[in-house]
Amino acid sequence: MSSLLDANERFVALADAIAARDAHPGDAITSLRETGRAAFAERGLPHTRLEEWRYTNLAPLSGLSLEPPSEDGRIDRSLLESLATPVFACGLAVFINGRPQEALGGLPAGDVSLTSLRDADPGTAGRLVDVKQHPLAALSAATTEDGIVVQIPAGVALEHPVHLVFVSSSPDAPSVSSPRVVIEAGAGSRAVVIQDHVSVAGGHAHFTNAVTEVHAGANSDLQLAVIQREDDADIHASNVAVHQERDSRFASHVITLGGRLVRNDLNVVLAGSGAECTMNGLYLGTGDRLIDNHTLVDHAVPHCTSHELYKGVLADDSRGVFRGRVVVRPDAQKTDATQQNPNLLLSDGTEIDTKPQLEIYADDVKCSHGSAIGRIDEEALFYMRARGIGQRDARALLTRGFAAEILATLPGEALAEALTADFVARMTGGTGA
Amino acid sequence: MGDTLLEIQNLHARAGDAQILNGIDLTIRPGEVHAIMGPNGSGKSTLAGVLSGRPGYTVTDGSVRFEEKNLLELEAEERAREGIFLAFQYPVEIPGVTNNYFLKASVNAIREHRGEESLDAIDFLSMAKEKMAIVEMPKDLMARSVNEGFSGGEKKRNEVLQMLLLEPKLAILDETDSGLDIDALRVVASGVNALRDENRSMLVITHYQRLLDYIVPDYVHVLAEGRIQRSGGKELAHELEAKGYGWLGLDEGASA
Amino acid sequence: MAQSTNSEVEALAGREYEHGFITDVEEERIPKGLSEDTVRLISAKKDEPEWLLEWRLKAYRRFLQMLAEDNEPTWANVDYPPIDYQDMYYYAAPKARDELDSLDEVDPEIRATYDKLGIPIAEQERLAGVKIAVDAVFDSVSVATTYKEELNKQGIIFGSFSDAVKEHPELVRKYLGSVVPYSDNFFTALNSAVFSDGSFAYIPKGVRCPMELSTYFRINANETGQFERTLIIAEDSSYVSYLEGCTAPMRDENQLHAAVVELVALDDAEIKYSTVQNWYPGDKDGKGGIYNFVTKRGACRGKRSKISWTQVETGSAITWKYPSCILQGDDSVGEFYSVALTNNKQQADTGTKMIHIGKNTTSTIISKGISAGRGQQSYRGLVRIGPKAHGARNYSQCDSLLLGDECGAHTFPYLEVKNANSTVEHEATTSKISEDQLFYCMQRGLSEEDAISMIVNGFCKEVLRELPMEFAVEAQNLLGVSLEGAVG
Repeated sequence: MSSLLDANERFVALADAIAARDAHPGDAITSLRETGRAAFAERGLPHTRLEEWRYTNLAPLSGLSLEPPSEDGRIDRSLLESLATPVFACGLAVFINGRPQEALGGLPAGDVSLTSLRDADPGTAGRLVDVKQHPLAALSAATTEDGIVVQIPAGVALEHPVHLVFVSSSPDAPSVSSPRVVIEAGAGSRAVVIQDHVSVAGGHAHFTNAVTEVHAGANSDLQLAVIQREDDADIHASNVAVHQERDSRFASHVITLGGRLVRNDLNVVLAGSGAECTMNGLYLGTGDRLIDNHTLVDHAVPHCTSHELYKGVLADDSRGVFRGRVVVRPDAQKTDATQQNPNLLLSDGTEIDTKPQLEIYADDVKCSHGSAIGRIDEEALFYMRARGIGQRDARALLTRGFAAEILATLPGEALAEALTADFVARMTGGTGA
Repeated sequence: MGDTLLEIQNLHARAGDAQILNGIDLTIRPGEVHAIMGPNGSGKSTLAGVLSGRPGYTVTDGSVRFEEKNLLELEAEERAREGIFLAFQYPVEIPGVTNNYFLKASVNAIREHRGEESLDAIDFLSMAKEKMAIVEMPKDLMARSVNEGFSGGEKKRNEVLQMLLLEPKLAILDETDSGLDIDALRVVASGVNALRDENRSMLVITHYQRLLDYIVPDYVHVLAEGRIQRSGGKELAHELEAKGYGWLGLDEGASA
Repeated sequence: MAQSTNSEVEALAGREYEHGFITDVEEERIPKGLSEDTVRLISAKKDEPEWLLEWRLKAYRRFLQMLAEDNEPTWANVDYPPIDYQDMYYYAAPKARDELDSLDEVDPEIRATYDKLGIPIAEQERLAGVKIAVDAVFDSVSVATTYKEELNKQGIIFGSFSDAVKEHPELVRKYLGSVVPYSDNFFTALNSAVFSDGSFAYIPKGVRCPMELSTYFRINANETGQFERTLIIAEDSSYVSYLEGCTAPMRDENQLHAAVVELVALDDAEIKYSTVQNWYPGDKDGKGGIYNFVTKRGACRGKRSKISWTQVETGSAITWKYPSCILQGDDSVGEFYSVALTNNKQQADTGTKMIHIGKNTTSTIISKGISAGRGQQSYRGLVRIGPKAHGARNYSQCDSLLLGDECGAHTFPYLEVKNANSTVEHEATTSKISEDQLFYCMQRGLSEEDAISMIVNGFCKEVLRELPMEFAVEAQNLLGVSLEGAVG
């Protein structure tokens, strides 16, 4: 507890150091920092007595002595290409330790507008995330250096994805970066945005604390892929907040392959009737990593649909946490909501804590949820072995099959292939069978 | 009035806020089979709904008499007990309630209304078995929940089985042929035909002439824009099949 | 249609509470309020041994501490005004009389009460060949137990908890608090301090109890809490089926019922525990009714032992209840079958905990919640698979049915798995009775009320068929439905 208090003081000091380093009074970042700092100073890091943090102890984070993000001059174009997931994009923006790198990004953006948060109107960011409810989002706001605003104009359908690459690197000391992404999908627009988090191997632990705000306009169609494949020493927190207007269709794909401690919050508000939301997730635990996914779908109005499928694969001594809430407000009649959280446990030391949760205040609804926890089907394993496939390969094949349901839904073949390969490499490297 | 079973006069009705039926006149005598054909949206299912008392429809004008009674004043279950049977276009699934239990409860509700004794489980089962054979219904469907997990064909057979058990005076078949392959159609039709006699009447609603090859009607009516546009014998159905609704100056798929 | 559906549902679910009468019997009470003296007085009235008084006092001190630390549980999804623990009676009993020599000596008023409730406190066969042993608990004391002698011949001990303390102190001392320690939670601390009576059953090794054992709890006195304690011990290879029923008068005040039930099953033993809970639920505006805050837990200590909880919860203003199984013995089995109905302004937060410790332990959870009126209902359950529970399996199914548009249904399952060699499955659905379903039934000649009954029954049948036959009848009446054919 004292270390938590201690950490709170250090993190507030860190926020002040970052704010002092480059102050631009009156801009969007400054107002974001101020709100975040006030909320964090009041509440600090969450502890496990809070229901939302019951299974996730932030000790690995509170124990770090974090420095403000530094520049890493080693990262050039070729290193970037070797790290980032191959995507043929219509817009590319690159951040190193939370700061935009215009020299590395800069593909022609075409119909989409990519703007630095620094140049955006004050109040562009921070509208969808209540920092009083989300302590890490408060810390993120307090320590942010910059962010990006992605605007898809009304009626525009982008042919290729927008690719946002976030590279983290802590060569000298543990450091923090808190990038902010704001996506505004205009009415009737269609787009795919890939938020790609990678890290440079070696050095110290890096804490990425990202917040993404998505405004899905009426009848828009937006897919957001959040890829977390950093180094196994890194800590990652992600808070994605989505506000959907009528008849909008939003799909998220949250793929967690790396990171020592990962906490993802995904909150979707279905605010206009006819809105549809799909939430897909895949998490792979190896070593002694902990991956925590908290999702909330708020059916605020009638005739909305949400479908959620989060799959977990846990090996070694890793831990998984899933809490999925579906709230159906009193007036949200004709809601159709499903939620599934199947988990595959590959070794004896693993642990999974899952809490699917339905809260229903309307009566004319169709809701279901399910969780399953099990191991590899012995029959299938034996069948494959009887056909001459080695135990290790058979396990890998079956595990890959389990994950494929999520990986196959990713937008773009190149992305799906690259992540499947990464998934298999990390899994077989991790099981050590 | 002994020779009239159902008399519809100047029937106007709305479904929700939309005016669908705009003055239907139709008289059905005991033993007659009437077919109603028409393009999508012409009001066929609305007519079936209004006659059976389905919620959501408002009669704005006209009258319907069934035997001596004002049909429109009766609740849905009272109409069923009086002898009106609706074979649903989309039979409803009722999880947790076995088909067997449901059918027995239904048969006994109607028997009670007629002043007959309730059937016990054994009598009911032997009666059901006999009828199931007519529609070639697998035995295990009786032990399963009503319509839950049934194939499209099984659901329609289940509708006809219910009709055989309840022995209605007037059977309304609402697109009972839709979604059936030719073999299933033949089974369903033979079930319906098994029930035909000089006292029982039928109102067969269909989009396709095909069904009428198996259930041969005495009269065919063409419904469009909420009115009966034309009536004739069974040959009218063949003409329609050959020439389409356009032949009557009606657009295929015209919506009301 | 929606209108008439609601009114039918109200008519069905809102039928008059049938057991709301008050029995006019002279009762003895100890003064209102809770203090160390209250605890000593209760203990003295029962002529208890010193060790039990000490245990009560420890519990009392723990309760005071929890009260001071504001430890009354608030996590449940229920809402009620603060309870004043000094403003109620902790002990009320019909005027003491000498030891009963026979069942005929039971106070005629009390006998009439149980007759009116349809509960036999005479040794008569309920159905041909079916005997049920009944322990009748009236407010704070057991007033009669039937078939004691006959059961005794086989070594089965069945009777009031107070008698067991006197006659079998070694058994009570060995097992009391061994499954639910007094410090377990706020209400167990309170219960352990002031519990007055309850039932005790002991089934010796290898004995299959030849009849159903049952306890009927009746709260009669006003402003009085009922704090009963039940302890059932099944020795190696024994079997017992136990039933409990509960009713209370209609009163404008809320009354607290905070019970503790402990079950112990040793090697190859099986305990089947069924409850039909019909405490007064309060009126349609939520006035009055019982606060039913109950801790029930069974320990499957022995290998291949089995504990099965079945509950039909239709009464109480607020239900807070999680009958649980601790699966210690290898290959032991835990089951939880529940139907809970909340109507008007009733609230229920109920579910179970299945704690898998031993190898190859299995558990099944089937929970059916029905919400009508402005009822609010939550399923809250925990399935924990410990690191050593190799081969453990759990299957949970939690379904909710909504009737009307002002009620709510919530599901809070916690699944904690620390062993990879285990399988846990949880499924939940929420649905309403659709107008299509009702119309379909009505088109087949069924009345709307019968159609709703039929669907509700179909919804619950997996649970109702777990009840012993005699209780299934009571449960079906409570749910206002005919079970014939739909169950099975």
